[in-house]
Amino acid sequence: MREIHTDTITDAVEQMCIKVCHELSDDMSACLFDAYDNESSETGRKILGQLKENLDIARSEMIPICQDTGMVVVFLKVGQDVHITGSDITDAVNEGVRRGYAKGYLRKSVVSDPIERINTNDNTPAVIHYDIVPGDKVSITIAPKGFGSENMSRLFMLKPADGIEGVKNAIITAVKDAGPNACPPMVVGVGIGGTFEKCAIMAKEALTRPAGEHSAIGYVKDLEEEMLDRINELNIGPAGLGGRTTAFAVNINTYPTHIAGLPVAVNICCHVNRHITREI
Amino acid sequence: MDKHITVPFDRSVSEGLSAGDYVYLTGTVYVARDAAHKRMIEALDRGEDLPFDIKDQTIYYMGPSPARPGSIIGSAGPTTASRMDKYAPRLMDLGMTGMIGKGKRTQEVRDAMIRSGAVYFAAVGGAGALLSKCITGSKVIAYDDLGTEAVRKLEINDFPVIVVMDCRGGCLYN
Repeated sequence: MREIHTDTITDAVEQMCIKVCHELSDDMSACLFDAYDNESSETGRKILGQLKENLDIARSEMIPICQDTGMVVVFLKVGQDVHITGSDITDAVNEGVRRGYAKGYLRKSVVSDPIERINTNDNTPAVIHYDIVPGDKVSITIAPKGFGSENMSRLFMLKPADGIEGVKNAIITAVKDAGPNACPPMVVGVGIGGTFEKCAIMAKEALTRPAGEHSAIGYVKDLEEEMLDRINELNIGPAGLGGRTTAFAVNINTYPTHIAGLPVAVNICCHVNRHITREI
Repeated sequence: MDKHITVPFDRSVSEGLSAGDYVYLTGTVYVARDAAHKRMIEALDRGEDLPFDIKDQTIYYMGPSPARPGSIIGSAGPTTASRMDKYAPRLMDLGMTGMIGKGKRTQEVRDAMIRSGAVYFAAVGGAGALLSKCITGSKVIAYDDLGTEAVRKLEINDFPVIVVMDCRGGCLYN
């Protein structure tokens, strides 16, 4: 059985937190550059130009792309043939977040209790989703989530009779309501099926799929493409000031569900859709 | 059209601004977001003064990332203004003439803007690195224990914003 020490996980999390807050992944940068070339609204193009310049400054001067460096969401896929040695794995991940946010001069945006609201001052704890998978590797995905767009996310418990039209309406409703608050251009992560919580986690994980990569399921791919086209006809545009570039991608994940239900979660992310994956 | 404005400003200046104007702000603004607003309103409720005289001032809804050594400030873009909607009308009634943020506002806020002659500017969300280059001074003046949510006094130079809501009810968001 392969052994992986928790120090290795801590180091990886630290490095990934710093990198992901300063450099947008290639798929997201490509979306922005394409949008700049194709946006017809003058204001929209001006804003996309500012966002391009912002990316250059962030990368070259090590200033976070956005001051909201998020609450850290972690997808940790642990191979069943791996033996984790050292400390508690959850502590190891949080220690990586703590170090990354201190050394990277990233904002500490987490409060210890939702009502009492005292800042933990180290951006911990992270929200960690564990999964046990075949193999002897550990895959770590770090996706710090800003809350301007998180606050505009929605979960709909539809009826089976609502069908795919109900799903489409749910997605469009969430995006329309989000409007300028979610810092468009957005990425829209959608979960369809499962249970209440499974659906929301699928929507979150959908945001970590590279923009432009589609579902392997035929009708889901078609739905992703149709939704992206329809969203980009809403004229919300960059910063919500009009234009064609309202979303860069709609990524949809699905799962079997109950005979009585059709859950749909719409997790909205701004154009600073940070995600980075490393395999150990 | 592009306009260059000095902050602070009184209502004679905000009355000359219209939704859609591109504005470059130079001067002093105050930074406050959720937790600082809650404390400021609680201070008013107790009959105490605000940490600064709000007459003719502009509040920037923002919580920066930490400054690296040798830098003035970290990333410093706007946060969603609607979370301050509960507090903003009272501050406008005390003379606040400007707000910088992003996103929609409530009707109560828009009514208060018309009543007090205030203007709401949007800065581009998610452009915090770029906007930090227009900040020439930053000092925490109150509620230091709130960390990124402390009240700051900022010096800004040609800080780019767009008037999204003016003091006559004009609004750029559709």
